[in-house]
Amino acid sequence: MTLAETKKGRKYQVNSVPEGIMKSQSIRFGIGEGAKIECSQKIPGGPIIVKKNFQEIAISRNLARKIAVEKGDL
Amino acid sequence: MECCDIKSVVDIDQDKTQLVIAGNPNVGKSIFFNYFTDTYVDISNYPGTTLEINSGKYHDMIVHDTPGVYGVSSFNDEERVARDVIISADMVINVVDALHLDRDLFLTQQMIDMDKPVIVALNMMDEAREKGLNIDVEKLSRELGVPVVPTVAINQTGFEELEKNLEKAKTGSTCLPENFTEQLNDLNTKTENIGESLLLIEGDEDIKDKYDLEVEEARDEIYRIRREKIDQIVNQVTQRESAETGFKDKLGEWLLRPLTGIPILLLILFAMYEFVGVFIAQTVVEFTEGKIFADIYEPFIRDTVGQILAPGSFISNLLVGEFGVLTMTVTYTFGLLLPLVFGFYLFLSLLEDSGFLPRIAALTDRVLSAVGLNGRAIIPMILGFGCVTMATITTRLLGSKRERIIAILLLGLTIPCSAQLGVIIGLIAPLGMEFFLIYFLTILAVYIISGTILNKILPGKSTDLLIDLPPIRLPGLKNIFKKSGIKSKMFIKEAGPIFVIGSGVVTVMKSTNFLEMLQQWLAPLVESWLQLPAEVSTAFVMGIIRRDFGAAGLTDIAMSPIQTTIALITITLFVPCIASMFIMIKERNWKEAAGIWVGSWITAFLVSGIVAQLF
Repeated sequence: MTLAETKKGRKYQVNSVPEGIMKSQSIRFGIGEGAKIECSQKIPGGPIIVKKNFQEIAISRNLARKIAVEKGDL
Repeated sequence: MECCDIKSVVDIDQDKTQLVIAGNPNVGKSIFFNYFTDTYVDISNYPGTTLEINSGKYHDMIVHDTPGVYGVSSFNDEERVARDVIISADMVINVVDALHLDRDLFLTQQMIDMDKPVIVALNMMDEAREKGLNIDVEKLSRELGVPVVPTVAINQTGFEELEKNLEKAKTGSTCLPENFTEQLNDLNTKTENIGESLLLIEGDEDIKDKYDLEVEEARDEIYRIRREKIDQIVNQVTQRESAETGFKDKLGEWLLRPLTGIPILLLILFAMYEFVGVFIAQTVVEFTEGKIFADIYEPFIRDTVGQILAPGSFISNLLVGEFGVLTMTVTYTFGLLLPLVFGFYLFLSLLEDSGFLPRIAALTDRVLSAVGLNGRAIIPMILGFGCVTMATITTRLLGSKRERIIAILLLGLTIPCSAQLGVIIGLIAPLGMEFFLIYFLTILAVYIISGTILNKILPGKSTDLLIDLPPIRLPGLKNIFKKSGIKSKMFIKEAGPIFVIGSGVVTVMKSTNFLEMLQQWLAPLVESWLQLPAEVSTAFVMGIIRRDFGAAGLTDIAMSPIQTTIALITITLFVPCIASMFIMIKERNWKEAAGIWVGSWITAFLVSGIVAQLF
């Protein structure tokens, strides 16, 4: 599944992020491949807010569709 | 752009130790900078950016502040500037947000890998404790191989300790495996330092251009290794106790939910209108522009120049005429624009430092992506209501060329600046809701349609939003005033010369009767197509010079409500003021600026003509 299909409040693991600057940037934010994250908020039609520890990142819907995730431990 | 030689930008004494303060955005770097440099601070602009580098003295060291970045590379202007300063650093104070170790330590580790002597100021320890986060500072220091000092910047807790330990700053333990360190040592003979060599391997475009060396790039791999190390460290040194979510957390959440976020956003915009659009644009400007400059300064300068030059001559007109460089330009820049720009920056800094701005960007991302922009474009869009010239400069922060073109065009075409907004609201408010809606919806439709068309026809893709949402915080007022002051000064420095050129052009246009010709040519079109009185064309032509001149010119003309509405639609969509035009030429090029100018003429008359025919 992709990050765009996640549900609010659930935990996931990031499997892949598209190549390029976005990949580097997401690694810096700590949400790169392998990262365990939580979908903390979904703005209708808009960005997904991802949480890792105390860190919150807004990711546009378009980019979220290209980020593959799988369900993490519940 | 010219790069990598910070010495050409900042006037520094190269024999002295260069102490650099670096860290992620919003971690309190400037408080540290101010603490270490209480005497003279030198502010230099970095070419091609709106960014400034603050430099000062601390004992026999030179201290430099840097823009907040998440890593050292050249993805945007902030990073390019920070990169150049960090590369030339002899010692780094790395300010780290204790709550966001995952994110912040990436930069820390990168600077350690660059072989820079580092001391970490572990800031916001109070917030970390509040949220039930325990950090083993000693262990963190051991793992990184550099000293770590806990601090709370707002009340300067830990600053003495930091100062005492400054000399202990040292090169830490690199995360790079042997194959990379060997490669670095090889490269080091060809570059200035290990920092540059590392950036070469990480594929930094500007450094690559500088050296023209064949280097095997491995950014992804190095980033992955670095991230693994940081994750490991964070796991080892932190311990979380459960803590309750406070009011600030809730506020942050509300801002992101459309149902609560949109009303809060509207409230913010209303407060901004009351503060900048009413208080500053009317009360303050009436005093600065009306009293200080128009009543005291202008007569004085006219007198002074009049004693040397005969009034009425071309040179005299150029200097102290109706649109003179020493009269109108000075009054306009310092009497009208400076208070407005300062007010807007004050508001923007408040939104920025409180953590509201990134949330507003996330909330508006969906709407802005429909016109080919992303949420970050909300910043120039909000600033546009202050001054389109200022907003046009700010579009530099957008991620791609196409986004800049779209934003600049939308700003020039549809956003009325504060100088104009006051007059427009004054004229439309008495007409009632119906006419306000006609006006507002027409402008909105033009905004959406032209943005959508541009998004379709411009080649390439716009960048996606990927931003960090800092926690909601109570901002420090001193810092906000200081920041706004610096930004306003930079704006005046950058736009001032343009206003001078602009007023020169206007004087030439006037002495060659170009404006009158334009008016006469325009009058029939205004009468037949827009069904407005012929003298409205004078107001339109004045709008070419200054948009508020255009709008204000309408106040004395007797018109029916629908005629006023149509005239206001025209003047809003009409060409940007002459200063904005010159900024557009500077920021983009002649061709695009001319395109926007002609396009605005066509759009303004086409759209308001259609409205005139409909009603």
